[in-house]
Amino acid sequence: MKNKIFVTISFVLFVFCFVVFYVGLQKPNIYTPKLDKEIKLPNFVGNDFFSGEKVISDNLLKKNSYYIINIWASWCIPCRAEHSFLMALNNKNLNLLGINYKDNISNAQSFLNELGNPYSKILSDKNGVTSIELGAYGVPETFIVNKEKKIIKKIIGPIDNEKFNEILELIK
Amino acid sequence: MKKLIFFITFFIILSNNYLLAVDKPTELENKIFKNLRCLICQGQSIYDSQSDFAESMKIVVRKNLETGMSEKDIYQFMKKNYGEWVLYNPEINKGTYLLWSLPIILFVIGGAIIIRKLSVFKK
Repeated sequence: MKNKIFVTISFVLFVFCFVVFYVGLQKPNIYTPKLDKEIKLPNFVGNDFFSGEKVISDNLLKKNSYYIINIWASWCIPCRAEHSFLMALNNKNLNLLGINYKDNISNAQSFLNELGNPYSKILSDKNGVTSIELGAYGVPETFIVNKEKKIIKKIIGPIDNEKFNEILELIK
Repeated sequence: MKKLIFFITFFIILSNNYLLAVDKPTELENKIFKNLRCLICQGQSIYDSQSDFAESMKIVVRKNLETGMSEKDIYQFMKKNYGEWVLYNPEINKGTYLLWSLPIILFVIGGAIIIRKLSVFKK
């Protein structure tokens, strides 16, 4: 009887461990910070891309309008791919704020001259601090901020057709 | 030979200057760096990692300490921005309850089994 209980418990434990590890194997093991609820836009400080003046986010973002904060760099290939979508978003009367991440100013300027400037304001983030204060971890990354200054969507990676339509739905 | 001595002396002076110029992290900074996970080289703390992201995180930690934030405040700040996963030492809450209690439960069960076995042997 005792032996039977031992065998049953061992079997159940084995099945339990098998299921846990099997499910674990199916999950991607690379963590990406997801946005599961709306969060207040953190305060951040940066320098104006053109004038070099210090800019505080509170003075920059006005209430009652949607903002798209896009982190980009001239050396980032996917940024080039998503640029046409940003230009299209600019035509939708949206406020686009660009954060130029760890870039060389002249390279960034030629990038904008070549592909167009969709941003109403660009901050320069030379050491990556502004991006971390925002909660970003790479380029390109895009945040959709609603009228209450809350981040309602975070797009990690380049904007594609599907994400572009998602953004349009969100700002309706 | 003279040239060699000149180059060695020049090299020593240069490297010393470099080492003196680099800001050495304080004990508290190192403690915080070791408890924050680098999201680029996952599995490494920002203390171990030399990725661009980790270097920027270190600057933010230093900047926050300078503005008077405590160690706990910095963990809260990082958790708010990147989720619980960024911390190597997660706090006890609903999601980590099992994680924290499982070693204790296993220890108690294991201890009970050993004591029982020992008492059987004694008999």
